[in-house]
Amino acid sequence: MDEILKLLQGNALETRENIAKQLNLPVAEVAKRIAEYEKTGVIRGYQAVLNEDKLDLDTVTAVIEVKVTPQREGGFNHIAERISKFPEVRSAYLMSGAYDLLLFVEGRNLREVAAFVSERLSPLEGVLSTSTHFMLKTYKRLGVLMHQDSPDERLSVSP
Amino acid sequence: MNGSLSLRNRINTVVRDIPRSGIRDFFDIVSTMKDVISLGIGEPDFDTPWHVRESTVFALERGATHYTSNLGYLELRKALSKYVSKNFGAEYNPDNEVLVTVGVSEALDLALRALINPGDEVLYHEPCYVSYRATILFAGGKPLAVETKAENGFRLTRAMLEAKCTPKTKVLMLNFPNNPTGAIMSREDLEAIAKFAVERDLIVITDEIYAELTYDAPHTSIVSIPGLRDRTIFLHGFSKAWAMTGYRLGYACGPAELIEAMMKVHQYTMLCASSLAQKAAIEALTRPEVDVGEMVAEYRRRRNFIASAFTEMGLECHRPLGAFYAFPSVAKFKMPAKEFALKFLANEKVAVVPGTAFGDCGEGFVRCAYATNLDNIKEAMMRLRRFIGKLP
Repeated sequence: MDEILKLLQGNALETRENIAKQLNLPVAEVAKRIAEYEKTGVIRGYQAVLNEDKLDLDTVTAVIEVKVTPQREGGFNHIAERISKFPEVRSAYLMSGAYDLLLFVEGRNLREVAAFVSERLSPLEGVLSTSTHFMLKTYKRLGVLMHQDSPDERLSVSP
Repeated sequence: MNGSLSLRNRINTVVRDIPRSGIRDFFDIVSTMKDVISLGIGEPDFDTPWHVRESTVFALERGATHYTSNLGYLELRKALSKYVSKNFGAEYNPDNEVLVTVGVSEALDLALRALINPGDEVLYHEPCYVSYRATILFAGGKPLAVETKAENGFRLTRAMLEAKCTPKTKVLMLNFPNNPTGAIMSREDLEAIAKFAVERDLIVITDEIYAELTYDAPHTSIVSIPGLRDRTIFLHGFSKAWAMTGYRLGYACGPAELIEAMMKVHQYTMLCASSLAQKAAIEALTRPEVDVGEMVAEYRRRRNFIASAFTEMGLECHRPLGAFYAFPSVAKFKMPAKEFALKFLANEKVAVVPGTAFGDCGEGFVRCAYATNLDNIKEAMMRLRRFIGKLP
């Protein structure tokens, strides 16, 4: 993977200038490549990684396993894209194994998520069954540990 | 008796007369201050890879808490022999040509003690790691420092050695990639040194602890040059490439006779390296490309950043090619390196180490370690620019 993408994944706010310095590239080259990635959809967006447990949000996240019937044309894509369009669905993946789709669904409370499952998701044509698990606590998200780093244990000057 | 016991006079004169490391003095000052950004730390900021730490816990649970063979676990020696063969180009028999030690520091001490008779001369290049001169003296040797120069990329040349070498010279010590300069040696550079070592019949001790950390060209070891393996003690360890400094685990590879001699000193002073550290090292050797590769990529980006920051602020610095140190010149500010470092610390709360900690010829330079995260490096460079902007 292009190192520019790696640096942006680590810190999306990193400036073009600093990326250029780290990679020994002209700033214009870095800017050009990033623009290209945005245009071609390799970069789909920039987000902050929040530790939501610290925000007292009173929201709940459910992980839902969904079994579906693939359709004659388009296989799983058609139904998966249809489900993904619901704003409650934060992430959706096609899986191998005992079920087909894995969804991360957010709601204001348990009832809201339950309503989403029973009134919107389950009645969809092609959805065979669902299994819903609620998330209790986040330890790591998108490669970022949610607890603050422990202080540097190293001596302040060493040979 | 006047009742006052003069202990100072009882201390061995060699030990008494060797000054404490300049690093230590500087550490004492820095440790009294708060919120200092330190570019003075000679160890990785990365955590030891998790699978290595986890395997240490497992080894503890399994009860690997007993003495090991003096040479170290055979399983580890086999793995080391393979690793060295693959990456450094020399074959060592795990049965009698590999010795596991408590860091490269112990291995270096063993090598010198095993080789040196009183008065034997040891050639080494400065600026260098703080322990070299002292270790030579402790072993009863006579240190002969060869000065490497910035204009030469701090590389060692045959001419430099010729100027110092005498018939009494027995050992040549090498350390590339180099702490504190970040210098490396190409194969051609090493071939010239190797030829010289053969001509003068020198034993070579090569400390290659930073071997994995090179950024523009791959590392070459002197043991891969034909004829050198049989007169060289190769030293390496896990501290830098695997961020395992506190484990204290190093090793020496060399001809069986030399390893046997070193093993005797090791046997009677240390017995063996920590069993847990050895278990961790076995695990570390299972996937070096993954563990080390990521860190090297990050160091390279920081090296690029710091080098370009020096250029932007007009600070002269030879391009650091290995280890994680930059060694810029501060000579143009017309003050000793130590004064520069102390003022910079007092005014801007950034710690760099005066070059004189690494030998007299380090005067006029400061060592900046980039083994700290990029945010710290950015901030430190901003402060450095501000600091030198105010100097006359």
